[in-house]
Amino acid sequence: MGLSFGLEPEQEQFRQVVARFADEVIAPAAADFNAEARFPVDIVRRMGEMGLFGIPFSSAYGGMDGDYLTLCLAIEEIGRVDQSLGITLEAGVGLGAAPIDEFGTEEQKQRWLPELVRGERLGGFGLTESGGGSDVFGSTRTRAVRDGDDWVIDGDKQFITNAGTELTSVVTITAFTGDGEMTAIIVPVDTPGFSVGRPYRKVGWHASDTRELTFDQVRVPVANTLGERGAGFRQFLKTLDDGRIAISALAVGLIQGCIDECVRYGRERESFGRPIGQHQAIAFKIADLEVAAQTARQMYRYACWRKMTGLTYKREAAIAKLYASEQAVTAAREATQVFGGMGFTTETRVGRFYQDAKILEIGEGTSEVQRTLISRDLGL
Amino acid sequence: MKVLVPVKRVPDTAGEKKIDPNDNTVDRESVESVLCPVNEFAIEEAVRLKESHDAEVTVLLVGPESAQPIVRKALSYGLDAGLQVTDDAIAGSDALGTARVIAKALEEQEFDLVLFGNQSTDARTCLVPAAVAELLGLPSLTYARHLEIDGGSVTVHREHEEGWDVVTSQLPAVVSVVEAINEPRYPSFKGIMAAKSKPLDVRSLADLGVEPEQVGANGATATMYEFKDRPPKEAGTIVEDDGTGAAAAQLADWMTEKKFV
Ligand SMILES: Cc1cc2nc3c(=O)[nH]c(=O)nc-3n(C[C@H](O)[C@H](O)[C@H](O)COP(=O)(O)OP(=O)(O)OC[C@H]3O[C@@H](n4cnc5c(N)ncnc54)[C@H](O)[C@@H]3O)c2cc1C
Repeated sequence: MGLSFGLEPEQEQFRQVVARFADEVIAPAAADFNAEARFPVDIVRRMGEMGLFGIPFSSAYGGMDGDYLTLCLAIEEIGRVDQSLGITLEAGVGLGAAPIDEFGTEEQKQRWLPELVRGERLGGFGLTESGGGSDVFGSTRTRAVRDGDDWVIDGDKQFITNAGTELTSVVTITAFTGDGEMTAIIVPVDTPGFSVGRPYRKVGWHASDTRELTFDQVRVPVANTLGERGAGFRQFLKTLDDGRIAISALAVGLIQGCIDECVRYGRERESFGRPIGQHQAIAFKIADLEVAAQTARQMYRYACWRKMTGLTYKREAAIAKLYASEQAVTAAREATQVFGGMGFTTETRVGRFYQDAKILEIGEGTSEVQRTLISRDLGL
Repeated sequence: MKVLVPVKRVPDTAGEKKIDPNDNTVDRESVESVLCPVNEFAIEEAVRLKESHDAEVTVLLVGPESAQPIVRKALSYGLDAGLQVTDDAIAGSDALGTARVIAKALEEQEFDLVLFGNQSTDARTCLVPAAVAELLGLPSLTYARHLEIDGGSVTVHREHEEGWDVVTSQLPAVVSVVEAINEPRYPSFKGIMAAKSKPLDVRSLADLGVEPEQVGANGATATMYEFKDRPPKEAGTIVEDDGTGAAAAQLADWMTEKKFV
């Protein structure tokens, strides 16, 4: 018997707890904090108290000793009611804390991880620059120059999630430290010369914090080098492989949210003497959403399983991310159609998801980048 | 201090419940079973006593073996140990029968405080906490919307229609809490994982020295003879505001008639 699709009882129990938290605490507040483009710090703190930001980390740093699948289950359940908080969790864990956990020295872990893992503080990961995000090696202009025991950093970063919230403590950035030598460096946000721009006016993810970062002669100790000097490129490739699985879970949450909302509305709303869900044109749309959700869910869980079993998972993570994000965009469009005019308001979850879906095809590697990864892995 | 929290497995409050016509009890198959939501307030209060008074908290459940996940669920909030009383003879117990089993189980335990939810969402009798206190000869403080421990005494705000009374008693005591007392937290993943390995003691009626005739359907003092479906909701009265102020008078009359004012 090599095949098992079930969750452990504890994973299922935790999934239900997160689902309940999402329904009771996040869902009723989501229309407002999105409309106000407000980062809901009180809710993020409560997510921290439940241990959501610590799921895959060791209890030695205050973590939950959980696994990557359990993290994905939590991201899916949060993402089912609100994508902004889903990405806040995904980026907080996957981009903020995970690189320090995976590549950091014991001293760095002791210093930064406990607060991040408890969700009391948030970390960011700054890779993308104004010159471009897909071709990181070719577009990075940020430089760090060694001066005694310090790095002196100059440059800028663009679109960095969780970088400017009142909880943010550190941003890990990539910079060239020599010719073709990319190094990741941990920068505390209170370092002089470091500044964040005003929040972007985004199409979606309104309540998620996204910032431009400027580094003007920012001086941090060489001890803040994440792992080895020159390992930055390899590290971020690994970080993004994991992140893609988590983004797939976020996308599946969006599709599931569309299904839940459409089933409810399809039974409630009437036209021509019957519930609209009894018009086949509407029922079939919703059936297709279910197909997408189940297929994408199995794919991200499979990628997760490969990662947790120690198998290669680069290709599977790319497939999961590509498929789930493209299905999410379709799901949001179709669910909005099911809701008619109400779907075009941000009072409805499907209306908000219509705004939120598109970024899933862009962040942590665009669809084109995923197809490139898959085709290269096939030997093309 | 030592605290005991009796909890109950109930049919999902939000689910559509059915009565099994064969034995006139709730058809457990028809709806998912959950930890009684009112218990979550007692559990939260117990967790706060852990934080403030280093309390050691045991959760007690009277129910069939299949209810064990509910004990683990209660433990996942961070409680220390479980005690389950399981016996076929308990099936069909009424409030008094249940209280007898709980009281006997408590007699074997050392405790300063027993924290009940004031009612369960399936039966809603509110009888069990007071009956347990009576059987044990302990002070009974019901409907607590606020609770404070001070040395060897407990003070509660006992809720009633006109406000609340401040009631103090020596410990040990039996307290039942209402939902206004706190806002329960959600269990953490760590709590759920830890609950798996918390000690859980399972006892039978014989272990506790309870005579089977005193409990279960045979020992019940209340018998259900007949049941009917809930009548469909009737349409309410609509009061139209015609701008003359007559609607206000009509509303006031209606509220007086219903004894809301
Ligand atoms: C809300 C939000 C949050 C973000 N959070 C973060 C964060 O926390 N950290 C971070 O580092 N970045 C973050 N990003 C940046 C994101 O990862 C990049 O936007 C993304 O990688 C794409 O980079 P780009 O925008 O520079 O597009 P470009 O790289 O300029 O690409 C433009 C277009 O060209 C296509 N393209 C590029 N190269 C090829 C090719 N070889 N073949 C075919 N097509 C190609 C792309 O697919 C895309 O369609 C965030 C972005 C947003 C909008």
